[in-house]
Amino acid sequence: MLVFEKSRPGRGVSALPECDVEILCPEDKDLRKTELHLPEMAEVDLSRHYTELAHKAHGVNDGFYPLGSCTMKYNPRVNEKIAALPGFTDIHPLQPVRTAQGCMKVIKETSDALCQITGMSDFTLQPAAGAHGEFTGLLLIKAYHLANGDTQRTKIIVPDSAHGTNPASAVMAGMEVINVDSDDKGLVDLNKLREVCEVNDEIAGLMLTNPNTAGLFDPNIKEITDIIHQCGGQCYYDGANLNAVMGWARPGDMGFDCVHLNLHKTFSTPHGGGGPGSGPVGCKEHLAKFMPGVKVVDFDEHSNTNMLSFAKAEESLGEMKNFYGNFLVAVKALTYIKMLGKQGIPEASKNAVLNANYMMNKLKGAYDMAFDPKVCMHEFVMDLSRQAKETGITAMDIAKGLLDNNIHPPTMYFPLTVHEALMAEPCETESKETLDHAIDVFLQLNELAYHDPEKLHQAPVTTPVTRLDEVGAARHPILKYEF
Amino acid sequence: MGTFVPNTKAQQEEMLREIGFEKLDDLFAHIPEDVKFQGELELPDGMSEMEVTKAMKALADENVIYDSIFRGAGAYKHYIPAIVGSVLANETLQTAYTPYQAEISQGVLQSIFEYQTMICDLTGMDVSNASVYDGATAAAEAVAMCRERKQNKALVSAAIQPSVMKVIETYCFGNGMELEVVAEKDGKTDIDDLKAKMSDDIACVYIQHPNYYGNLEDAQAIGEIAHSAKKCKFIMGVNPITLGVLKTPREYGADFAVGEAQPLGLPIAFGGPYIGFMASINSMKRKLPGRIVGQTTDHNGKTGYVLTLQAREQHIRREKASSNICSNQALCALAVGVYLSAMGNEGIRNVATQCYSKAHYMAKRFEEIGFNVENKDFFHEFVTSSDVDIHIVLKKLSDAGILGGQPLDTHRILWCCTEMNTKEDIDKVIEILKEV
Repeated sequence: MLVFEKSRPGRGVSALPECDVEILCPEDKDLRKTELHLPEMAEVDLSRHYTELAHKAHGVNDGFYPLGSCTMKYNPRVNEKIAALPGFTDIHPLQPVRTAQGCMKVIKETSDALCQITGMSDFTLQPAAGAHGEFTGLLLIKAYHLANGDTQRTKIIVPDSAHGTNPASAVMAGMEVINVDSDDKGLVDLNKLREVCEVNDEIAGLMLTNPNTAGLFDPNIKEITDIIHQCGGQCYYDGANLNAVMGWARPGDMGFDCVHLNLHKTFSTPHGGGGPGSGPVGCKEHLAKFMPGVKVVDFDEHSNTNMLSFAKAEESLGEMKNFYGNFLVAVKALTYIKMLGKQGIPEASKNAVLNANYMMNKLKGAYDMAFDPKVCMHEFVMDLSRQAKETGITAMDIAKGLLDNNIHPPTMYFPLTVHEALMAEPCETESKETLDHAIDVFLQLNELAYHDPEKLHQAPVTTPVTRLDEVGAARHPILKYEF
Repeated sequence: MGTFVPNTKAQQEEMLREIGFEKLDDLFAHIPEDVKFQGELELPDGMSEMEVTKAMKALADENVIYDSIFRGAGAYKHYIPAIVGSVLANETLQTAYTPYQAEISQGVLQSIFEYQTMICDLTGMDVSNASVYDGATAAAEAVAMCRERKQNKALVSAAIQPSVMKVIETYCFGNGMELEVVAEKDGKTDIDDLKAKMSDDIACVYIQHPNYYGNLEDAQAIGEIAHSAKKCKFIMGVNPITLGVLKTPREYGADFAVGEAQPLGLPIAFGGPYIGFMASINSMKRKLPGRIVGQTTDHNGKTGYVLTLQAREQHIRREKASSNICSNQALCALAVGVYLSAMGNEGIRNVATQCYSKAHYMAKRFEEIGFNVENKDFFHEFVTSSDVDIHIVLKKLSDAGILGGQPLDTHRILWCCTEMNTKEDIDKVIEILKEV
């Protein structure tokens, strides 16, 4: 039942005192004439309403969440405790800098740590999410080419295995997308890449994630970034899959010029049912002067104080959003980085890769692995084309079968290069026992596909609702409650 | 060092052996040597939970918490009922992913559907999306979505929050849309300048109401001028708190209502996370960026909710999508939903009325001590000018634990009052400034 249906006029929460000055009202011409229909609820009703909603949702605390490319690792509770400190929540973004030194230190320490982990020389925390970071990175590249007088560099190379946000961000940055197909190993096709780049002074750059969306580390990465640089382009690293390589390989050393990270993936901040995330962008020195927002710097060399201050990059491309980004998300990420430290961060990646390889190997017999790799990184992609052909059971059906087993399904039908894809990313924060149980469930569902497919077609049956009519929802949109 | 890896060393080795590897490093053997990171990350040693709490608390303690805040300018301190924090701390709602798997995400989807309904109710619009990053990106996305083949120019009022203007500029730098600023006159959008700049190639007119200086705009007239051009859309940026009493964007004839919903239950938190809301009239719904939740039924005819109209979105349309937005501010939308449900109709009217009344009380007191109040029709923000240097004003207040208004130039300050500012606090400001 919706909150509006539970509302009863006259109920409410005793939030505010009486007004202690004379009550005034805007002129009649400025007043709203449309009636308000906000819920009127006692606090106990609210508490139960949202508890009920939580029961009809699935968080990382509810069970295994191997959602590929989303890095649904456990979100440490201490992060939340720290981010709720009034010394962070009650600070106005426009307070004088001398009264916000702690916040600025958070920004500086987080940026410095991210520089170290990625091999970049500068970071901005202003972008609010991964896609926002992509947009920022592409604008950096655009500003760079414009400053060089290369106005014709408007084409951006995006592999067919890329996240949908990549091409969408490119268009927002005014760039034209050149799709490059992957080779039969799921990697960037070097010949095709060379073909596109040859004698082409219109290439703005390349967007790539490494490891890629099939969970494979591209061994030709240095050659790829070299090809782009040789034709005058810049290389953009989509950090969605950074959890595989922290402390093992850095985008900067692979030849990338700028990167975005997802603090809500790699650095353990919660996804919130779809945000708030945080998509900091890092770059090398030659792009730093175009960075958006403000950078935290030492106050001034002559004042002999330890005060930090804000400074704008000399040819800054502007502002990506108000203020300094999703600040409290950075607080959580910094808490996590400090806790793990220099040993714990590579250790996290190591175990993420171990867990993925363990699961992949145990499932190999029953499920075909896309591109059949010997070793994967932090995730792997199952291809259910064989099951679909032999039993009629699709990736979607297996996913729905998982729901009845309290396991969040892997990412479905992505990457687009694999037809019946289920992309699984177990994360380092899952135990062998959890993985073993999930492996058993996957194997049982495969058995079911061959012996009782109808049962899987019906799944899920234990969830608050069964499969929903999405076509109907789009054809006859009901997008709000009608009073 | 701290760790969140549950597997013991023995388990890790066992798992490795089972899949035919000897040591963990072998899993990284295929990374070419020339890109493999050598040595150790230059980061401090890890910490226990107790140590990290101490270290982070030390950073928090370096900030000054003002008990009394008279600064808004885009970030507003309002009272947040305890139930909001309590719901947001729910681990399931907090750690869930975007609700792609609808069957196990009904709770998240329903909360967004309720949020969309409340935003429509406040603004009077037909359709709301599930949120964008903040008020500035909401404005920039709204401007971008009005673009048509022959309408490539946006007219934006100079009287909007300056940082919002900068974000619109950045988005236009990206997509190549032309941006022209409509001048301000006496703290409001200059109607004559707007009229002069209107033409058939204008995609939209964007104003903020109340505007950056707190003034109420002649929104009705501006909307009519905007609509006098073929295909031109009228976008209003509004502070949702004011809609407890002020006329809705719909009543002013707006095609889009956007804004910063931080005042509805989110802390000021050094600028984020906040939440941008976007709502439109029905005919524009397929151009809205971001997630939208719709109601439908399951196989058994039971009511349920799904992400819908996804043909607009990046994961389906790739380069043809209306925006690249993926993660938005869902948990902040939940906060808004809980806040509005806790306050109710009476509560939200009360907040708006108190903001208005206190700001007008304070403005009157300022005039009593010789400060000039520049505004005529304002809501809860207003500008004072005086001969006194603003640095002296703000320093005096700061010494008394009060964060004064936002400085605009050497002699002008933008003040803000909310229900949090008591009469006693206001009188204290006036007492202090009477002396300078």
